[in-house]
Amino acid sequence: MSLNTSPKKRYSVFAVAREAARYHTGWGRAWRKPQPKKRYDVVIVGAGGHGLATAYYLGRNFGITNVAVIEKGWLGGGNTGRNTTIIRSNYLQDPSAAIYEKARGLYETMSQDLNYNVMFSPRGVIMLAQTEHEVRGYKRTAHANALQGVTTEFISPQRVKEIVPIINLDGPRYPVLGGLWQARGGTARHDAVAWGYARACSDMGMDIIQKCEVTGIRQFGGEVRGVDTTLGPIDCDKLGIVVAGHSGVLADMAGFRLPVESVALQALVSEPIKPVMDCVVMANTVHGYMSQSDKGEMVIGGGADGYNNYTQRGSFHHIEETVRALVETFPMVSRLKMLRQWGGIVDMTGDRSPILSKTPLEGCFINCGWGTGGFKAIPGSGWGFAELMARGQSPLTDEFSMFRFREGKFIDESVAAGVAH
Amino acid sequence: MLTLLCPCCGVQADETELAPGGEAHLKRYGPGSTDDDFEGYLFMRENPRGVHFERWRHANGCGKWFLAARDTVTLEVYGTYSAQTTEPPEHIKEAITAKHPGWSWREFA
Ligand SMILES: Cc1cc2nc3c(=O)[nH]c(=O)nc-3n(C[C@H](O)[C@H](O)[C@H](O)COP(=O)(O)OP(=O)(O)OC[C@H]3O[C@@H](n4cnc5c(N)ncnc54)[C@H](O)[C@@H]3O)c2cc1C
Ligand SMILES: [Zn+2]
Repeated sequence: MSLNTSPKKRYSVFAVAREAARYHTGWGRAWRKPQPKKRYDVVIVGAGGHGLATAYYLGRNFGITNVAVIEKGWLGGGNTGRNTTIIRSNYLQDPSAAIYEKARGLYETMSQDLNYNVMFSPRGVIMLAQTEHEVRGYKRTAHANALQGVTTEFISPQRVKEIVPIINLDGPRYPVLGGLWQARGGTARHDAVAWGYARACSDMGMDIIQKCEVTGIRQFGGEVRGVDTTLGPIDCDKLGIVVAGHSGVLADMAGFRLPVESVALQALVSEPIKPVMDCVVMANTVHGYMSQSDKGEMVIGGGADGYNNYTQRGSFHHIEETVRALVETFPMVSRLKMLRQWGGIVDMTGDRSPILSKTPLEGCFINCGWGTGGFKAIPGSGWGFAELMARGQSPLTDEFSMFRFREGKFIDESVAAGVAH
Repeated sequence: MLTLLCPCCGVQADETELAPGGEAHLKRYGPGSTDDDFEGYLFMRENPRGVHFERWRHANGCGKWFLAARDTVTLEVYGTYSAQTTEPPEHIKEAITAKHPGWSWREFA
């Protein structure tokens, strides 16, 4: 099959059977590999989950399909392919609950919608309360969630132990005093989310251009005109910047400043073991969280570096802190070997909430600031940001303007969740 | 592991001994300033992929603040210097120029 014929093949049990019968020779590519055109209606910079979801909903909800998504590396190779895949929507503030719950809801049907198995697994998420402050904080969040229509509950230590038998309730420093439980939170396969959206975008005729770095943003009279790339200039009417840790670099090209700083955030996985834990547990006070992948590896997330960097590696001592916290909470971890460690560059805003916004440059929009916790938001963010780009306004993104800082209209989630994943 | 020479006490300190304090050379604006200036001071950050000037405190040591010039990609340290200054010393600027000809930073303050 040539690189540029559209695959359009539906994945199904019948397709698997058919391909099995002919030794899997007929699958074809999931997306085309086009050369960039001279001009598009919309150019999205960054083929992470948020960029691809934006393109997808531009096509699906607004019929805008003359779209290119430009990626300097490979699609999904940024934070989208580096995160620990936790999905939840138990946030405190109304605008956050709205966009994260929209996203969580879209995850429920994403595999069907995209005809791509993203392995969404609503296995439940517990956020442990290990200080009196956390108990009060999470009870408050549970009440706020009830008003927002997000199903969560505050549960007792005994209930925590029932759900997670391997947990140690009375650790030496921070005993477990309860937990915020979201039964329909969980995980999904991160790569598959990027791949599923990419395939659907490609099927709609959009161009996903990999190994093409945006090196400049062209503008005239305060309006965006296009981008310069390593494959030459590309014109566009509207530009969406969706580059996570590199937002500051792109903002600099566009000529505006951002309230964002980039730091490395790390994760690690253990050797695979038999099933021991069938939900996600987060311990924000001691900075550690864990879930078990379908392969059996314990997937562990840790702390972010305290200083600006673009290393995709992270400081070594955070691993020690994370593992120390986990050994206290789950003593069995002390016998596990760790297999891999990696980092991603996360974009942190002053109030730890994202930015989905118009910018000082007319026609140029930015979606960033998801920091340590934007995987869960991918479909909701794409939905809202596509609406913002198509219509100039969206109820999902209204409160997330980059101009909220000057007005003091923060969406303060950092107090609600010590670690915000 | 990142290590920085504390210019206050002369110890080559591990990052676990230090507390990062964010971007350096910010010009402070208070009541009576324009919204632009106040927002810029409080929230807007350079966040460069490359040369960065930043504040550090030798928290588990002499306890004093100092400044560092560092590369955010390679983690190379160009030098550390006193916090009692509005601009990095010449020898640090030269060390940076040797590696990054044409580097820039907003106005020092
Ligand atoms: C270790 C770790 C654990 C995490 N755990 C969780 C979690 O459990 N749950 C959760 O919800 N979130 C988590 N997150 C956060 C989540 O991964 C991110 O918020 C999310 O993936 C951001 O997606 P994105 O599409 O905005 O960015 P990315 O996936 O980073 O995509 C941005 C893309 O832009 C490209 N790009 C950059 N500059 C240019 C340029 N000049 N030209 C062209 N392309 C460019 C990059 O190559 C990249 O592919 C975690 C993050 C990390 C690092
Ligand atoms: Zn010192």
